[in-house]
Amino acid sequence: MADTQIPPVLDEDVVAPQPGGATTAEVEGLSDKPKSFGRLAWERFLGHRMALVGAAGLLLLIALFWIGPYFSEFSFDERNVRDRKLGPSTEHWFGTDEIGRDLFVRTAQGGRYSLQIGALAALIATGAGTLLGALAGYFGKTVDALVSQLINLTLIVPAIIVLSVFANKWGADALGLALVLAALLWTRIARVVRGVILQIKEQEYIMAARAAGATHKRILARHLLPNVVGAIAVEITLLIGSVIVLESTLSFLGLGVKPPNASLGTLVAQAKGDIDSDPIRVLTPGIFIVLIVLCVNFLGDGLRDALDPRAKVDDGGAGKAAKKAAKAARKDAKKMKSSGTVVVGA
Amino acid sequence: MNDESPLLTVDNLSVGFVTKGGIVQAATEISFEIRRGEVLAVVGESGSGKSVTALALMRLHPGNAITTGDVDFDGRDLLNMSDAEMRSVRGSDIAMIFQDPMTAMNPVFTVGSQIVETIRVHDSSVSKQDAWSKTVDLLQLVGVPEPKRRASQYPHEYSGGMRQRAMIAMAIANDPKLLIADEPTTALDVTVQAQVMEVLHEVQAQTGSAMMLITHDLGLVAGSADRVQVMYASRLMETGTINQIFYESQNPYTMALLESIPDVDGLKDRLEPIPGNPPSLLNPPSGCAFRPRCNYAQPICAVDKPVLVSVGVEHESRCLRAHELGADTEALV
Ligand SMILES: Nc1ncnc2c1ncn2[C@@H]1O[C@H](COP(=O)(O)OP(=O)(O)OP(=O)(O)O)[C@@H](O)[C@H]1O
Ligand SMILES: [Mg+2]
Repeated sequence: MADTQIPPVLDEDVVAPQPGGATTAEVEGLSDKPKSFGRLAWERFLGHRMALVGAAGLLLLIALFWIGPYFSEFSFDERNVRDRKLGPSTEHWFGTDEIGRDLFVRTAQGGRYSLQIGALAALIATGAGTLLGALAGYFGKTVDALVSQLINLTLIVPAIIVLSVFANKWGADALGLALVLAALLWTRIARVVRGVILQIKEQEYIMAARAAGATHKRILARHLLPNVVGAIAVEITLLIGSVIVLESTLSFLGLGVKPPNASLGTLVAQAKGDIDSDPIRVLTPGIFIVLIVLCVNFLGDGLRDALDPRAKVDDGGAGKAAKKAAKAARKDAKKMKSSGTVVVGA
Repeated sequence: MNDESPLLTVDNLSVGFVTKGGIVQAATEISFEIRRGEVLAVVGESGSGKSVTALALMRLHPGNAITTGDVDFDGRDLLNMSDAEMRSVRGSDIAMIFQDPMTAMNPVFTVGSQIVETIRVHDSSVSKQDAWSKTVDLLQLVGVPEPKRRASQYPHEYSGGMRQRAMIAMAIANDPKLLIADEPTTALDVTVQAQVMEVLHEVQAQTGSAMMLITHDLGLVAGSADRVQVMYASRLMETGTINQIFYESQNPYTMALLESIPDVDGLKDRLEPIPGNPPSLLNPPSGCAFRPRCNYAQPICAVDKPVLVSVGVEHESRCLRAHELGADTEALV
């Protein structure tokens, strides 16, 4: 996945002849083929242990949620009144709920729903945020003023009110809920992208590209966006985490996902009354929420390092400096992340 | 267009920047011509408006710029054509080489792919393969060794001099009629400056394009330009052939600049910087802008604004005493 997000592929139209690709095949007799940015990014990613753990963990969770239920004899809303509130057993792996439904199958279903909404909302928020942030940063002036006002407006509007009104209204539908969540979460990526673009557009190579006759669209797509791919990839993963937490919170409060659908949040909510007698029923979906968020965050960290356009694997000193910068950036992002959650929770 | 008509005619070009402190008048009533195939050097101290003038021709100024005047390029009105038309001129009819080759290339793409892009932006009918082999030829032409291998390297794998060669290759990729080189060697080591200038001249001669060579180093100009244009505080101070400027200058600012050339042969043992600083462009002084630093200044210079006057064939100078200066300058101080 990291490999498909490398900058040179962004603009299909003008892809550089990639080392090893058809065009450079004619560059015969090359022993030390230069490595493309994508190749380097991939190598950096593979060298990042936590990212690999995150990616592997996420794949396992996806397999569990999507494939796991096929191995269970129960279905999602099959009730068995005699088997209510059972603990984990070889038959009901995660136990049963208060009306006797199998909790393993329901947890898998809830995990799928949570992940889908997380990914959907993160994609929408990132798409909108990137577009608006890029336009604001690149064109400045009126466009920037408009986008900035929109960002401020979004930040001012109390999230809880928007959520309780709109998520309640449209939350039954995955797309509707994702849209509402995205509408609240697009601002950070917009600010990140705007900032990066503001910085890079002053670089001489942007002026050089304009002097060479490039259109605004081409400059944005080819020269500016590749520089934010790293930031975007990181944001998407972090956003998936935030969305899942937010959605769980909403669903827990009864404002998000509605029956018959279930998300990890609704599973926690259903079990909360029995927390003293039956803590496992609350813990199981809760643990999955935490696992998902941890995995996507590890993955995000790895992507950030791998996709840093300034980092180069094989130039010793500069590589080290880039690593240092990436570390600092990660710290910043952690700060942002925690402040972000505060906003979300407020 | 016949071959006699100038390639570029700039008439009364002025550029001002709207800033918080007021309007910075960065180019004032600039008029000049560039003929086909000739090299026009534009010299002057830092901040004199050389780059501003060049960028105005390309319409590359930021939104706070107010540009007035007329620019005719090969019969086309550059300042009034549509944005799309202007884009088709940039990088194709007029190409620009920037000062710092370290930052003028995108670090994320290979050098070759950036040249390929320049070619295909202007002619999408060229296949990637053809553009790539043309790129290799261009790199060869500007003296990049092992061009095939070098084409698929990244800018950071090039030395400064190599990168500037690659920038030159990129600039001539579409056979421009006019090359604008804005201090093409300033950012380079002294040892490679001469090589890069040589390459620039070779390709300029080979392609037959005209060149506007911007520099603040008169020494660099000596062997390479046909005509020279001296700028000071947003205005043209003197224009003439290379001989007129170097040996028959009739402008105190040009003379002072000539004095400040470091002498490579060691004939002159020290460099004489021009005392004082250029005036503020926000509040230009009355009279002649160079007066406070001028060895030949008289009381009248603080009052009357000098205009460009003809002091010979194709030779113009902006100085109230221009005609006197031609004779025995030492006696005038
Ligand atoms: N966008 C802008 N806004 C305000 N002032 C500007 C802007 N661009 C240039 N200037 C001013 O215009 C003046 C002329 O600048 P210019 O870049 O043309 O100088 P130059 O002759 O090229 O000098 P150098 O040798 O340093 O490159 C400078 O005083 C500069 O501060
Ligand atoms: Mg300049």
